[in-house]
Amino acid sequence: MFRLLAAIASLALLGAVTSTLHAEDSPAAAVAATPAPTPVAFTNAPVAAQTAYLQAALTNGDPTATNIAPTAIAGHNAWMMVSSAFVLMMTLPGLALFYGGLVRSKNILSIIAMCFGITAMVSVIWWAVGYSLVFGSNFASPFLGGTENFFFKGVTSDPNTSYAYWVSQNVFAIFQLTFAIITPALIFGATAERMKFSAIMAFVFGWMFIVYFPLAHMVWGSTGLMNGVWNATAKIPAIDFAGGTVVHMSSGWSALILCLILGKRVGHGKEPMPPHSLVLTFIGTALLWVGWYGFNAGSAVAADGVAANAFTTTTLATAVGALTWPLIEWVFRGKPSILGFCSGAVAGLVVITPACGFVNSWGAVIIGVVAGVVPYIMCTVVKNIFKYDDALDTFGIHGVGGTVGALITGVLVDPTVNANLGGAAATANGLAKAIADHTLVVAQAKAAGITIAMAVVGTLILGFLVKLVIGLRPSVEAEHQGLDITDHGEEGYNH
Amino acid sequence: MKKIEAIIKPFKLEEVKDALHELGIEGMTVTEVKGFGRQKGHTEIYRGSEYTVDFLPKIKIEIVVADGALEGAVSAIVKTAKTGKIGDGKVFVLPVENAIRIRTDEAGDKAV
Repeated sequence: MFRLLAAIASLALLGAVTSTLHAEDSPAAAVAATPAPTPVAFTNAPVAAQTAYLQAALTNGDPTATNIAPTAIAGHNAWMMVSSAFVLMMTLPGLALFYGGLVRSKNILSIIAMCFGITAMVSVIWWAVGYSLVFGSNFASPFLGGTENFFFKGVTSDPNTSYAYWVSQNVFAIFQLTFAIITPALIFGATAERMKFSAIMAFVFGWMFIVYFPLAHMVWGSTGLMNGVWNATAKIPAIDFAGGTVVHMSSGWSALILCLILGKRVGHGKEPMPPHSLVLTFIGTALLWVGWYGFNAGSAVAADGVAANAFTTTTLATAVGALTWPLIEWVFRGKPSILGFCSGAVAGLVVITPACGFVNSWGAVIIGVVAGVVPYIMCTVVKNIFKYDDALDTFGIHGVGGTVGALITGVLVDPTVNANLGGAAATANGLAKAIADHTLVVAQAKAAGITIAMAVVGTLILGFLVKLVIGLRPSVEAEHQGLDITDHGEEGYNH
Repeated sequence: MKKIEAIIKPFKLEEVKDALHELGIEGMTVTEVKGFGRQKGHTEIYRGSEYTVDFLPKIKIEIVVADGALEGAVSAIVKTAKTGKIGDGKVFVLPVENAIRIRTDEAGDKAV
């Protein structure tokens, strides 16, 4: 199915892409920076160096040749702080409302508690070890970062030039933290209404170490295995702009496994379990869409042209997804539903995520259509055939959408929208050649395969471990009563 | 004295209330209820899940009137609540033994 769609999409784009394919010299070929011999202060540098430095700052270029130490620059830093706040807003309250509206009213607080608890706990883990394990470097490993930034040691307002010349490292660290927060929170849509809060927190604690930190380093770390754009020695030169593999595939596939380990909700398939408020779900969806600009355009880690392209493609894919899904409902069921609009928009956002900084507007529109069709089939047809209880369709939308996105990015990639695709690292590790030869989808498939394997194995281990130690599910009676009262001693609505 | 219990479509409440008011009926109790008769419910679909909703929202009006006012009140309700479509509701009439106005201790027809 995916290959077929990818092939169709590929044909449609062939003309547009091949006509513009040519090797382009990258002005910002930013591989891991080699420290220059004693940087000079800006004011002591020759005027020519100062001019070149400012030029690089304005365009998110590499200032190494000027021998002036990079510093956080107003525009780039401002955008990254805004983006970080936007991505946090995706979890609190975006995801909390999106998921919260879809559960029954007796479980709304359990969703909010899950989102809030993960936000707080992951923030502390990230500060202590997480950031360093992903973006540190002293392991010099393709699989994990290092220990030098434990407890944010050295994470100051100066840039970490391995990742951004013009953004404060502490801002970069918080930006990446917001991704580490929303990813595990996505998982628990599949397990909604039937997993103990304590089990959720214990699972997330382990999952960050076994799945998220290694995977995020492999995809985004400067020495990462699958970091095709920035790691000159990447064994699998794949591309993932904002987290199709790291965020959506990892959470989606983990969600499938975890909901299978948990089993169905009590009464699933017998008693009705309709969403208690599609109004909340709508508000959550809208917050997710707005927040996703920070997620996708912010993943340029600069306010530059690549960010602008990601901003544009994100809008188009989401709009087309939100058009396609309810249109299918209208044709096959007679009515376009609000949940259909919401689902199509989120699916569009998911599928464009890995692609947003690498495809053009036509690519985004095609992705929007695919996002409206494939997850729709997963959530309405395939789920009913196999009868697993993916309560809020985390697997159907994030797992499947993320996988489709990872693959289709390899087909629709347009090197003219992002000079880094032809940069020094991409040329050295073969990414540029794979794009020119139209074989990138092979590396994308390998990256997707590794992601699925890590998510499935990690979740199997942790799921059964937590089940053994503290148990995953509340009692049947507690499940009937609702987790808001039994886990948190409160009710969402007192009227 | 008789008690009238009328189950009507919610959007007809204002019309029924005004019609009863014109007849000089000065009080009523209204409850939001759910139920079904021959109209049955409808189907709701959320992604892949279909649910049949059997119980539809209706309004129950309760009024108590003197025997002489009964006929006028019932016909006013029936006339104003009618749309001619299935699901218009029903009117029940029950005997009432007594009524007491709490503020004044008045009883019987004077109290309603």
